[in-house]
Amino acid sequence: MNWSWFHRLASPPHVYALAARLTPWFAWPAALCILAGLWGGLVLAPPDYQQGDGFRILYVHAPSAWMSLMVYVTMAVSAAVGLIWRIKVAHAVAASCAPIGASFTFAALVTGALWGQPMWGTYWEWDPRLTSELVLLFLYLGYMGLRAGIEDTQRADRASAVLAVVGVVNVPIIHYSVTWWNSLHQAPSVMRLAKPAMPLPMLVPLLLMLLGFTLFFVALLLVRLRGEVLARERAASWIREVVSA
Amino acid sequence: MREFFDMGGYAAFVWPAYAVTLAVVLLNIFWARRALARSCAEARRRLQMQGERR
Repeated sequence: MNWSWFHRLASPPHVYALAARLTPWFAWPAALCILAGLWGGLVLAPPDYQQGDGFRILYVHAPSAWMSLMVYVTMAVSAAVGLIWRIKVAHAVAASCAPIGASFTFAALVTGALWGQPMWGTYWEWDPRLTSELVLLFLYLGYMGLRAGIEDTQRADRASAVLAVVGVVNVPIIHYSVTWWNSLHQAPSVMRLAKPAMPLPMLVPLLLMLLGFTLFFVALLLVRLRGEVLARERAASWIREVVSA
Repeated sequence: MREFFDMGGYAAFVWPAYAVTLAVVLLNIFWARRALARSCAEARRRLQMQGERR
C-alpha cells in the first residue's frame, strides 16, 4: 500500500494548501445543513406534547453540546499524536480546536440555562451534567491560558497537550453523568445505542443541525489551522509564496 | 406570523437561545479569519526583517 498521502499530512506546506482548498467544501454544505435544520426545527417540526414550542431550544442546545465534546476529543487526540510522534501539524490542530470548543461549550451552557428555567424552574443547578460541562469550559480556558502564558510555541504545544490529554477523562463523565447519577438533565435520546426516541419530523432537523455544526467545525478548524501552521514555520521558504499574495 | 414569534409562550427563552448560538457561530467565523490574517501579517513581517538583514 502507498502511504505517501499519509506522510504528506505531516508536511506543513502540503497541509496549508490542502486546508485552503478544502475550506469551502465544508463551509457551504455546513451553511446549507444549518439553514435546512433551522427551517425544519423552527417551522416544520410539531410542538412537543409536554414542552410545547419550548423544546425548540433543542436545535441549538444539542448541536452546541455535541460540539463541546467532539471538539475536545479532536483536540485531545491530536495533542496526543503531537506528543507521541512529535508532529508539529498535530499540535497546530489541537491549538486550533480550543477557542472553537470553548465558545460552543459556552453556548451549550447558556442555551441549557434558558431551557432549564421554563422546564425545571431554574437556570442553574449544581447537577452532575451541568457541573461537568462547566468543568469542560474551564478545561478549554485553562488550555488557552496555559498556551498564552508560554512564549515558546514548542514548549506551549507540549505543556498544553498534556493538559488536553489528561482532561479527556471529563468527556465520558459528561456523557454518562445522566445515567450514573440522579440528574435533572434527561438521558440521551439520540446519541445512544438504541433507536432514537423521537419522531422523524423532530429528529431529521436535529440530525441536520448536528451535521451542519460538525461541518462548520471542520471549516473553522481548516482556517485556524493555516494560521497555526504559519506560526510554527518561522524560516521555511514556502511561506514567502503563500503570504506575499 | 405572530404565533411563530410567540413560540407558544416560550419566546423569552427560545429566541435568546437562538440569538446566543447565532452570535457564537458568527463570532467564530470572525475570530478564525482574524487569527489567520494575524498569522499572515506576522509571517510577512518576519520575512521583511530577514530580507533587510541580508
